[in-house]
Amino acid sequence: MKISYYPGCTLKTKAKDLDKIARLCASVLGVEMEEIENWQCCGAVYPMGTDEIATKLSAVRALDHAKKNGGKLLTLCSACHNVIKRTNEDMKTNKDIRFRANNYLQLDEPYGGETEVLHYLEMLKTVVGFDNIKKAVKNPLNRKIGAYYGCLLLRPSGVMAFDNPENPTIIEDFIRAIGGTPVIYPFRNECCGAYVALKNKDLPKQKSCKVLASAKEKGAEEVITACPLCLYNLQVNGDGILPVRYFTELLAEALGV
Amino acid sequence: MTKEERIENIKRISGTDVRKCMKCGKCSGRCPAFKDMDIKPHQFVTMLGKGEIDKLLESKAIWNCLSCMACVERCPRGVAPAAVVEAIRDTVVRMQGKNGIKAEEIPPIVDELIPQQLLVSAYRKYNK
Ligand code: SF4
Ligand code: SF4
Ligand code: SF4
Ligand code: SF4
Repeated sequence: MKISYYPGCTLKTKAKDLDKIARLCASVLGVEMEEIENWQCCGAVYPMGTDEIATKLSAVRALDHAKKNGGKLLTLCSACHNVIKRTNEDMKTNKDIRFRANNYLQLDEPYGGETEVLHYLEMLKTVVGFDNIKKAVKNPLNRKIGAYYGCLLLRPSGVMAFDNPENPTIIEDFIRAIGGTPVIYPFRNECCGAYVALKNKDLPKQKSCKVLASAKEKGAEEVITACPLCLYNLQVNGDGILPVRYFTELLAEALGV
Repeated sequence: MTKEERIENIKRISGTDVRKCMKCGKCSGRCPAFKDMDIKPHQFVTMLGKGEIDKLLESKAIWNCLSCMACVERCPRGVAPAAVVEAIRDTVVRMQGKNGIKAEEIPPIVDELIPQQLLVSAYRKYNK
């Protein structure tokens, strides 16, 4: 099966491995990720101001492209996912934004939120199925792993509809599928400190250390994330008490790719 | 532009109805940046409602809000405190000379692991 895919700029630079490994694993699992043409950076943060329009157009272009190429748009970076999914909701439900975006873009047919935005983890769950992943595992991981959700995948839950925002389970189910033991810890859906790392480094330092301490206290031997910025904050602004990796690295390890 | 027009504009771009707030404080209770917010999330909502924008426009909180959406998630009244913070921050950074980060401050703090995502998101949040 082919799915249109939006890699985002971080996956083309600092997080190249995340991109490469994700494609390899998907193909082993029968999914071909087809990078959309001429995509532009989504801006990494969803602009909340109701008068913002130019900052949303790259997401709309990507969504429209996917609409014409299978109707689904696959994301991998949590930030891209958050921006694109929330912009898609605007195009579906906000008449003013829909009007202004379409007025500018002048597409063959106006875009109205038709595309389904799917994060890689959702793809693993709904398109491949965790049971099928379990069957494909060659090296079960056999260790205690803490899922770090952060904020962008979960909130605002009304729009993201990713999982229960206070008690999510999808990454734990993923960990079980690859033979690991998930560790539930209180700070798994707390923010890591985000972009404030560039303005007030102390804040992400405190936040990231708390996340790692919380995971370690509950017995985690490592922490996984789907977000390049979470990874950076936990690794660089955390205190290094636990290794932090992308969830796709563990998937590759388990599948033996 | 009168002050009233400015207040109206901030309310409009926030896209949230501050009058629905019942002052329960749950948003601030859940805020991970609470200690670094000189004006707390629930106060942003109340103060905008009362038109007290001068203090909000001067606050340090607009630079420390993480846009984590925890306050939005927790509000029992469907108010979005994060969107009020963003409307104030947008209003500030759209003023000449009021960007939150200066280009020359960046190179010294960039390390080799920094993801593009961090630079792009900080620029989007802090600068116009
Ligand atoms: S979130 Fe990132 S990495 Fe993702 S495209 Fe957007 S800015 Fe670039
Ligand atoms: S946890 Fe940190 S980087 Fe990750 S989603 Fe939240 S803000 Fe983002
Ligand atoms: S979005 Fe900002 S104000 Fe709201 S909880 Fe997060 S840090 Fe606090
Ligand atoms: S949680 Fe909602 S209702 Fe309660 S103080 Fe905050 S904005 Fe007001």
